[in-house]
Amino acid sequence: MLIKRPEAIKPSEITDQATYLNRRQFIRDSGLLGVGVASALAGLPWAKNSWAEAPGLPSYTDLRQSPFSSDEKLTEYEDATSYNNFYEFGTDKSDPKANSRDFVPRPWSVVVDGACEKPGRYDLEDFLRPHPLEERIYRLRCVEAWSMVIPWVGFSLGDALKRLQPTSRAKYVAFYTLHDPERMPGQKRRVLQWPYREGLRMDEAMHPLAMLAVGMYGAELPNQNGAPLRLVVPWKYGFKSIKSIVRISFTEEQPVCTWNQVQPNEYGFYSNVNPNVDHLRWSQKKERRIGNWLKQETLMFNGYADQVASLYNGMDLKKYF
Amino acid sequence: MTRAQIITRLLKPALFVLLLVPLALLVGRGVTDTLGANPVETITYQTGLWALRLLLLTLAITPLCRLTGINELVRLRRMTGLYSFFYALLHFSTYAVLDHGLDLAAILADVVKRPYVTVGFSAFVLLIPLAVTSHNRIIRLLGGKRWKRLHRLVYLCALGGVLHYLWLVKADTLSPLLYLALFLGLMLFRIPPRTRAKLGDLLRRLGPNERAQRLLKEER
Repeated sequence: MLIKRPEAIKPSEITDQATYLNRRQFIRDSGLLGVGVASALAGLPWAKNSWAEAPGLPSYTDLRQSPFSSDEKLTEYEDATSYNNFYEFGTDKSDPKANSRDFVPRPWSVVVDGACEKPGRYDLEDFLRPHPLEERIYRLRCVEAWSMVIPWVGFSLGDALKRLQPTSRAKYVAFYTLHDPERMPGQKRRVLQWPYREGLRMDEAMHPLAMLAVGMYGAELPNQNGAPLRLVVPWKYGFKSIKSIVRISFTEEQPVCTWNQVQPNEYGFYSNVNPNVDHLRWSQKKERRIGNWLKQETLMFNGYADQVASLYNGMDLKKYF
Repeated sequence: MTRAQIITRLLKPALFVLLLVPLALLVGRGVTDTLGANPVETITYQTGLWALRLLLLTLAITPLCRLTGINELVRLRRMTGLYSFFYALLHFSTYAVLDHGLDLAAILADVVKRPYVTVGFSAFVLLIPLAVTSHNRIIRLLGGKRWKRLHRLVYLCALGGVLHYLWLVKADTLSPLLYLALFLGLMLFRIPPRTRAKLGDLLRRLGPNERAQRLLKEER
């Protein structure tokens, strides 16, 4: 199939970032105003979704609101924390919540190695300290054709990576999940090759939409959602957004990624959300938004095409799926 | 009461109610809003699983008769088979309505393109003539021999069901492999005794011990 590519954009046509952000801010503010009025009229129907619902976990205050946020209806907190793919705690969707109850994500450190100037073992607190936290409401599209809308708390991945000063040899960045079968009982079975690994191309990792999250719904991440530190890459299938990160490694070669290793013809390295490229066994054209009965159309790059499509200019996305 | 009466008058009605329990549980969870974050998936999974389980139970009845010597158990077989079809029908309907909004073209495309749907759908379609010809009068009309030949399709249905399950799983194939093993075990039972004896002989001859002994003998 012939995919028509847009003409290159002339520099004169490019909106400068400040204007762009202002525009987003404006849209968001007017959207919020609209929602506010509507809520007042309807007796605050979505107050049910509010942050206060995250039970028992320390909450964040004074979060910056991100211009990247979606204004779609949030997934219920209960659903987002009881329907998880986190094989480290079991392969059923309900396993992670049940089996991570006793998991204590402290003390925690992140090992940084490979092609960078600042390798070492960082205490989580030290790793996080330089970064002001903000809230970003992103769509999450699972490769299994369901989706959610989640308010994450975190910061741009690129900001964290810049501080580690990757060298010119760093072409990719790899992430590793904790491997500790005593604390993560799902790892006692070799369903996947532990530890879980994921990776991004350097330019993908530096894209402002890619984020490291420490919380959701205004509070700390529950264990089943990848406490204490996880990746969120909203234009890729959910499995790319690796959970409970203990190691970040800058590499010259494309890193091994767990699902790609399991079934290379079903899960590509890129795994960008793409309704035109089916999973080998099922269609990716539609998705079921959790909370809805019927399916809806899946959007190219999960609706983030305006921001990220240029990362893949000239690439055959059917080949590099 | 004779043994046959116990089975038809007590066991059969009890089983009839029992096999409604999975559906009742689903309805109950629906009413109390405890079907989980993805109710459609739960309904699809549960109805599919019970269709497969009951099909395998149906295949287990003949071996059960032989093992226990209670041949009257065969009187339960039609009901377990029909219940399997009932759950398969619920399973397919959920898929057709909630996954595809009854878009026949999309369903057909899915069936043609995706092996796990192809085998699952084929198994369902093959169950239809079996369900339709389960009435006494139709059995009589067909004649026992022809009816029996037709109903051998059930083996294909079960194989289709197991493969359907195995091929849709992402990485954790433990559960579908257990169902496959159960199916193969039930099929072994269908191998005629003489062939079975021959097979056993062959396997024994290929076994490592036998070969080692033969080698030892030759050395001597």
